[in-house]
Amino acid sequence: MTDTADTRPLTGAIPSDGSALGLAGYHRSGGYEGAAKALREMTPDGIRDEVTKAGLRGRGGAGFSTGRKWGFLPRQDGGQRYLVVNGDEMEPGTFKDRVLLEGNPHQLIEGMVISAFAIQASQAIIFLRGEYTLAAQRLAVALAEATDAGFVGGNLLGTGYDLEIQLHSSAGRYICGEETALLTSLEGKRAIPRAKPPFPQTSGLWGCPTVVNNVETLCNVPHIVRNGSAWYRSLSCGEDGGTKIYGVSGRVKRPGAWELPMGTTVREILEEHAGGMQDGYRLRGLLPGGASTEFLTADQLDVAMDFGSVEKAGSRLGTGTMIILDDRTCPVGMLLNLEHFFAQESCGWCTPCRDGLPWIERMLEAIENGEGRPEDLDLLAMHVDLLGPGKTFCALAPGAMEPLGSGLKHFRADFERHIAEGRCPWRQ
Amino acid sequence: MASVTIDGRSYDVEAGDNLLHACLSLGFDLPYFCWHPAMGSVGACRQCAVKVFRSPEDHKGRLVMACMTPATDGLHLSLDDPEARAFRASVIEWLMTNHPHDCPVCPEGGECHLQDMTVMTGHVHRRYRFRKRTFRNQYLGPFIAQEMNRCIACYRCVRFYRDYAGGQDFDVFASHRYVFFGRSADGVLENEFSGNLAEVCPTGVFTDKPLGREYARKWDMAGSPSICVHCGLGCNVTVNARAGRLRRLLNRYHHEINGYFLCDRGRFGYGFADQPERFRQPLRRGQPASRAETLEHLKDVLAKAKIIGIGSPRASLEANFALRQLVGPDRFHLGLAADQHRLVSLIIDVLQKGPAPAATLAEAEAADAVLVLGEDLPNTAPRLALALRQASRQKGFAIADRLEIPRWLDISVRDAVQEERSPIYIATADATRLDDVASGVYRLADGEVARLGFAVAQAVDGDGPRVPDASPDLAALAQVIALALCEAKRPLVVSGTGSASQAVVEAAANVAWALCHRGREARLSMVVPECDSLGLGLMGGGSLADAFQAVEAGAADTLIVLENDLYRRAERTAVEHCLDQLRHLVVLDHTPHRTAARAEVLLPAASFAEGDGTLVNNEGRAQRFFSVRPPPADIQESWRWLRDLAALRGDPSVTAWQRLDDVTAACAAALPVLAGITEAAPGADFRVDGAKIPRQPPRYSGRTAMHADQTIREPKPADDPDTPLSYSMEGSAVALPPSAIPYFWAPAWNSVQAVNKFQQEVGGLLRGGPPGVRLIHPGHPGRRSYLPEIPRPFTPRRGRWWIQPLHALFGSEELSRHSPPIAERLATPSLALPPTDAARLGLAEGALVELRLGSETLRLPVSLHPALAAGTGGLTAGLPETLGLPLPAWAEVRAVSETPP
Amino acid sequence: MALTTQQIAEINRFAGHYRQKSGAAVEALKLVQRSNRWISNVDLAAVAALLNMSPDSLEGVATFHNLIFRRPVGRHVILVCDSVSCWIMGCTNVGGHLRRRLGVDWGGTTPDDRFTLLPIVCLGACDHAPTLMIDADLHADVTASGLDRILEDYP
Ligand SMILES: Cc1cc2nc3c(=O)[nH]c(=O)nc-3n(C[C@H](O)[C@H](O)[C@H](O)COP(=O)(O)O)c2cc1C
Ligand code: SF4
Ligand code: FES
Repeated sequence: MTDTADTRPLTGAIPSDGSALGLAGYHRSGGYEGAAKALREMTPDGIRDEVTKAGLRGRGGAGFSTGRKWGFLPRQDGGQRYLVVNGDEMEPGTFKDRVLLEGNPHQLIEGMVISAFAIQASQAIIFLRGEYTLAAQRLAVALAEATDAGFVGGNLLGTGYDLEIQLHSSAGRYICGEETALLTSLEGKRAIPRAKPPFPQTSGLWGCPTVVNNVETLCNVPHIVRNGSAWYRSLSCGEDGGTKIYGVSGRVKRPGAWELPMGTTVREILEEHAGGMQDGYRLRGLLPGGASTEFLTADQLDVAMDFGSVEKAGSRLGTGTMIILDDRTCPVGMLLNLEHFFAQESCGWCTPCRDGLPWIERMLEAIENGEGRPEDLDLLAMHVDLLGPGKTFCALAPGAMEPLGSGLKHFRADFERHIAEGRCPWRQ
Repeated sequence: MASVTIDGRSYDVEAGDNLLHACLSLGFDLPYFCWHPAMGSVGACRQCAVKVFRSPEDHKGRLVMACMTPATDGLHLSLDDPEARAFRASVIEWLMTNHPHDCPVCPEGGECHLQDMTVMTGHVHRRYRFRKRTFRNQYLGPFIAQEMNRCIACYRCVRFYRDYAGGQDFDVFASHRYVFFGRSADGVLENEFSGNLAEVCPTGVFTDKPLGREYARKWDMAGSPSICVHCGLGCNVTVNARAGRLRRLLNRYHHEINGYFLCDRGRFGYGFADQPERFRQPLRRGQPASRAETLEHLKDVLAKAKIIGIGSPRASLEANFALRQLVGPDRFHLGLAADQHRLVSLIIDVLQKGPAPAATLAEAEAADAVLVLGEDLPNTAPRLALALRQASRQKGFAIADRLEIPRWLDISVRDAVQEERSPIYIATADATRLDDVASGVYRLADGEVARLGFAVAQAVDGDGPRVPDASPDLAALAQVIALALCEAKRPLVVSGTGSASQAVVEAAANVAWALCHRGREARLSMVVPECDSLGLGLMGGGSLADAFQAVEAGAADTLIVLENDLYRRAERTAVEHCLDQLRHLVVLDHTPHRTAARAEVLLPAASFAEGDGTLVNNEGRAQRFFSVRPPPADIQESWRWLRDLAALRGDPSVTAWQRLDDVTAACAAALPVLAGITEAAPGADFRVDGAKIPRQPPRYSGRTAMHADQTIREPKPADDPDTPLSYSMEGSAVALPPSAIPYFWAPAWNSVQAVNKFQQEVGGLLRGGPPGVRLIHPGHPGRRSYLPEIPRPFTPRRGRWWIQPLHALFGSEELSRHSPPIAERLATPSLALPPTDAARLGLAEGALVELRLGSETLRLPVSLHPALAAGTGGLTAGLPETLGLPLPAWAEVRAVSETPP
Repeated sequence: MALTTQQIAEINRFAGHYRQKSGAAVEALKLVQRSNRWISNVDLAAVAALLNMSPDSLEGVATFHNLIFRRPVGRHVILVCDSVSCWIMGCTNVGGHLRRRLGVDWGGTTPDDRFTLLPIVCLGACDHAPTLMIDADLHADVTASGLDRILEDYP
């Protein structure tokens, strides 16, 4: 094992020239050893236990324990089961799955093979957002290679286990990333989320037991199986196991994505890896894990980026890709941009989201254009409250309220200035 | 049972029921939009939010959607909680951001669920100050108008039209605040239940288009409880009128029959009663005549003539009985076509013998396996087709039960069930619009349908008659169907008069009886064509052939025809031959037809809109319909005309009839089988708190101005001696007997959804039980089957085709044809042929053919029906061009032009 | 224009992967769109028939998605990311430049039918904001001046 493979198992082998790691290269990095071990030496339950012990938590944003999620499947009854990979990655500011998909597609395939075996699914589907055309090409090539090599298809590695993997490329809707809407979409319907319960593990794709996991989540699985849960836990410097792909975008010197120990601090990511703020820009706040997380402020840089610590700091790890708000960018404008996104991407199913978000957007627009009224701030706050978790049908609207609620708190003075001055102070 | 605490008081509710249903059933006013008692919960609108608490100590609680939350024992919830109230008000405020606030010009105004819910939540002040989104509206045909800007996106329309009724041409488009509900392009809504959109939509997006043309507010319309007269199912309807004109017809909830939904023929067919051509005064040889001189003339006629009477399956029992009394039971004829006469008698026999009882529509909906023999239900008994569409979900409910998904959680049930369907097998001549939910469809000539049925019966029980020369295919198929029926807990066999085949009905009876014999709770659903077919059959009387014979033999020279067009019942030549020999023809009717055109004397009869009476539906349920307006000057109920004629002859028993109750009672007394009909609804003396039941709602406005163009004094409201209802607004409209509810209205509930307040539990029986009286109680169980002559296998003939009756929802039924919106949708006559047969004749779609059938020769265009079996064809029955044809029959077909002219 | 036999074969191949053919709805529409640029009513009806769907339900799916075009578009579709990272990094300028340069507003198609200009949500390349896509190609770290050269590759 090379040094990078030791500390950066997910990305260490990805070629630095922007090409994809092919099957040969993947083999050299130890690829498909985990699959061989899992299928030949382990039981489905054994794999699940190892993944649970490893402390792998979902990288799609909600951070649910992957092993426990698999455990909710009903006892095997011989019926069809599905593993579905969530490769929708449409959360603004998020670009971590792309790195994995384009750089090392075999790793995802191996993760799928092991995970599908663990849940005894005979069909696995990669749901990929439509704009990821390069990832789609590379996945298609890798799938063909893997099929030829006997890692996908019938009688895998001579074990008698069959797995068909299929690539499904979507056509651009954020809500498709919500795991139940994703399933509805795969059935050729409008991607409206489903009620929970029943959870997908009991009634998922085509009504069959289904597990939905994020791309990054599944990419961890081969390494856990190959090297064991203890090793995996040791990668992390926080409570949760493994590494995490962190990203930074905005006015920093070197925006990008890096695989680092889970629990690396905001400061280290921002200052060491992203090179700190660009000259002439000061940090005002950041969304730690994509558009639907709450702002952290400049005095919270020592927060460790793991699920528990970020939550304690009043936000969510989310996707782990930070969006930086600098002092030359208007926070009201930024929130307007975010809420415009959410309003437009609302599926239109439930009232608070469908009709509440556009109202929010219009109020923010008015404030930004100097037409805001003092009572708008109360109305915005009211919406933050009423579009919270449990009140809407799915988590899109509550997600949309996270930046807004925290933005109203942290940048209240900026809002008030817009209203008082009847203009955006950031505009010339 | 679960004990739940609601705002501090404890109640018993059904465990596992959703909280919204439970709260509404307990009488709480909890607002909702997307939920519908017949369509279940989807949690979209978020209007029904309540607070639930983990324990009495939990003071924080958590908001949940009542419609999505099952009631569990010990649950604490609050409707009154300030946060829950605020949230519900906010939902309205959001919905109102785009709603146009055009209530004054909206047809829904005053009976709008959105208005009610807005008031209920207390949202009064608008804070949204930005632009609303706007849509372009679509043309959707003659029934439904669309005004999309009023949409609150509750998704009920698409859930009803597409998911519940199986419509393919309606959906939801786009996303976020631009979700649009309608068709992908302008065009006529194809589904036969489209009219329900007007009731399902909680606001004014989809409204009743004919009402819009002659608009009146709900509070300005009198209502009456009535029965649909456009097929044999007996759906309960509410008729609305103002200033003497019919304005619309609404569904009147009947738990066991129509539930919440009507078909479009039933909803929009009423227009025949107000059409310009309608008979409004007596005619003598086509010329208006006064009542006095007409009666004078008839006195002469009656004194000298040898009279026989012909009754009607679309007239009330009372009218038929009056005719029977006038002419005498021996001279009373049913006026059914020969095959219909036989079939209706057979069906009565089948139902009376038992052991399989007639299925209510609610029971049909709950059936877990269905065999349909020979009946094109969407065209002959549409509401039953809708019930079977729901029956197809029974298997899915079993899946949901296994996954512990509550059946009311519609969104999850459909996701879990996908395309799994209960076994439904349909054997008919041609494709039906129910085929999409069938597990198997068989396109067979009627004789083959019967053979299949007999083979199924044999396969179920082993003891019925054996089908001679059964092919291995037929036997195998019969096994499959038999197995499915035997595995079911509540199998249902459906058949009826639609294929005009006695063998088909007998086969259906045998299957149901065989199932009963095997210990299954089998039900039978027998479709009859008209609203009183079964009642007339129960009354009994001579056949039409007997009547013609009597005339031919000189035993009769005068015919009194009650509300019947003989040209629909027999071949034109036979009818004309009979009419030509008569000295006098007296016709009582409201709607013009060929027989009426030949009448020497025409007496203008009341329609369902001005008259009252009792009808017996296909399950043998007697139900009363009540007029919505007093009959205008010269019009009176047929039974009154007949009484007056009897008076001319001095028949004291009949002359004594003063009001409907007298006739009903006389009928019940004379005919034991009809004894129950007096109980079908309360009689004229019934009072609530000493007052009659008002047809006009309390807010009926402009009453004192309604005749201002004619007189400035206010006439006293008309008396109604016949019913417990008044043509006025005074009196009580609550706690009414279920069969006499003129409109559903309750404090705070102005929309049709006020029906909630009249039910024992929401979606359950009306308080007081199901309206009507079942007259038929099947006989004792035991092994029985018809031992008929089983038809020989169908073999095509050279140069001839077996032409079977097809039915059109819009066109085949006599009265609804005259209703303007339906007139826009009438089926056009054509000869349906299988494409291969047509090709052999060198005929393309639309080519002209000459058809020789019995004594008639018809020229018709050909339409290609791929489902028809080789050697068979079809003609749509009941169209002016096909009236009275003796179908099915062999016919010669000859090409006139090979391509469309 | 009806579907080509090749398109039909491809759609049937997709559809074969799903328990019900309707699962291939989005992919089938995309496939047709790749050669026909947009989905006409005739295409929609043809795809629906292949997938055992009603045209209305397929229309519901088509209009739900951002990247299915139900109106004609130009030979090349420019999708400019307008989500948060790109906005911070100046996508407003990129969009403004394109609108001036092409002489069309959002949603517009140039008179020579060459370009259609559309906004798009986050393209998942936020570390190289501002970004845009032309047809299937991602362009990152876009500057107004660099744009003109990029456009030359799309005749
Ligand atoms: C509106 C919305 C969008 C989402 N988008 C994505 C996404 O693009 N990718 C993803 O993996 N998870 C997304 N999620 C989270 C998924 O619902 C789900 O939690 C996740 O795929 C589970 O995988 P994991 O357990 O491996 O994290 C989204 C959730 C919501 C509410
Ligand atoms: S919160 Fe409601 S409207 Fe918004 S995306 Fe989720 S289900 Fe759709
Ligand atoms: S009625 Fe409960 S959410 Fe609509």
